[in-house]
Amino acid sequence: MVNRILVGAHYGLKDWIIQRATAVVMALYTLLFLVVVGAVGPDSFEAWRAVFAHGFMKFATFLFLVSVFYHAWIGIRDIWMDYVKPDGLRLLLMIATATVLVGYAGWAFQILWRI
Amino acid sequence: MATSTMQFKIYRYDPDKDNAPYMQDASVEVDFSLDRKLLDVLTRLKAKDDSLSYRRSCREGICGSDAMNINGKNGLACLTEIKDLKQPVVLRPLPGLPVIRDLIVDMTQFFKQYHSIKPYLINEGPRPERERLQSPEEREELNGLYECILCACCSTSCPSFWWNPDKFVGPAGLLNAYRFIADTRDQATNERLDDLEDPYRLFRCHTIMNCVDVCPKGLNPTRAIGKIKEMMVRRAI
Repeated sequence: MVNRILVGAHYGLKDWIIQRATAVVMALYTLLFLVVVGAVGPDSFEAWRAVFAHGFMKFATFLFLVSVFYHAWIGIRDIWMDYVKPDGLRLLLMIATATVLVGYAGWAFQILWRI
Repeated sequence: MATSTMQFKIYRYDPDKDNAPYMQDASVEVDFSLDRKLLDVLTRLKAKDDSLSYRRSCREGICGSDAMNINGKNGLACLTEIKDLKQPVVLRPLPGLPVIRDLIVDMTQFFKQYHSIKPYLINEGPRPERERLQSPEEREELNGLYECILCACCSTSCPSFWWNPDKFVGPAGLLNAYRFIADTRDQATNERLDDLEDPYRLFRCHTIMNCVDVCPKGLNPTRAIGKIKEMMVRRAI
């Protein structure tokens, strides 16, 4: 069988914008985190716990982590697209990556909301 | 006469004779009052050993034939000053393309990508009696784009093009794509953007700017790629 070159999936712009938007969210959260930790100065497990017990901090942290996972999805997928040539293996790696990242998001939610 | 000996290490490969490519040490007498550019010295090397193969034509940075990897960086031999070169000067063919012989590479894949962006004006309107006019501002948009000589220095310095030369258009192709997108006389802007909105054709570019670093004409493919993305964003929101 002749292996024809197939291109023209007509997507990519959305991912490209989301990668930039999630980078902004991560940068803003990093600032927020530094300000909060600088102001509170938690020095014990209880103090750290108190920082994340606040509803806004929970929400902001979760938003940050979701941004990390989506950002990572696009980045890791790009690595598979760059270097992994067999289509079947690439699909498998993409599914595995997406599964792990969705799992991480659920896990992050569970950790944050049990505080 | 300011003569001196220059040392070279040159990639040699003749598929009819050699099992594998090898690096050959070579030296040549250079007359600095006559020889300025690397191509002048290559001419002297070829006079000594006429089996040395490379492409050349105009010897003034217009035809783009003598692109090669010079001391690890792609460039045109005819525009490279010999006095700036560290010795031994290491000459290799452009990376990432199949070698035909010595410093000559097979550019088929590179030109396939160039042709894929339809490098010509598309205008279905009635033909004007004379030329299609542009204002000076409209013409200004093409500066920094139309000067590309398709030497392939940029695309063959781009890792994304190395890994996916069959799918990623590459910096030279994308610079030329934007040259027609930016042209106010062209009517196929939407089709051109549709064609490029693709994870491989355009979005393999991760903006590492090797292309800008090596372009012997001082052009900026990364900027052109950014402009294409900007137009896609403006179209989408």
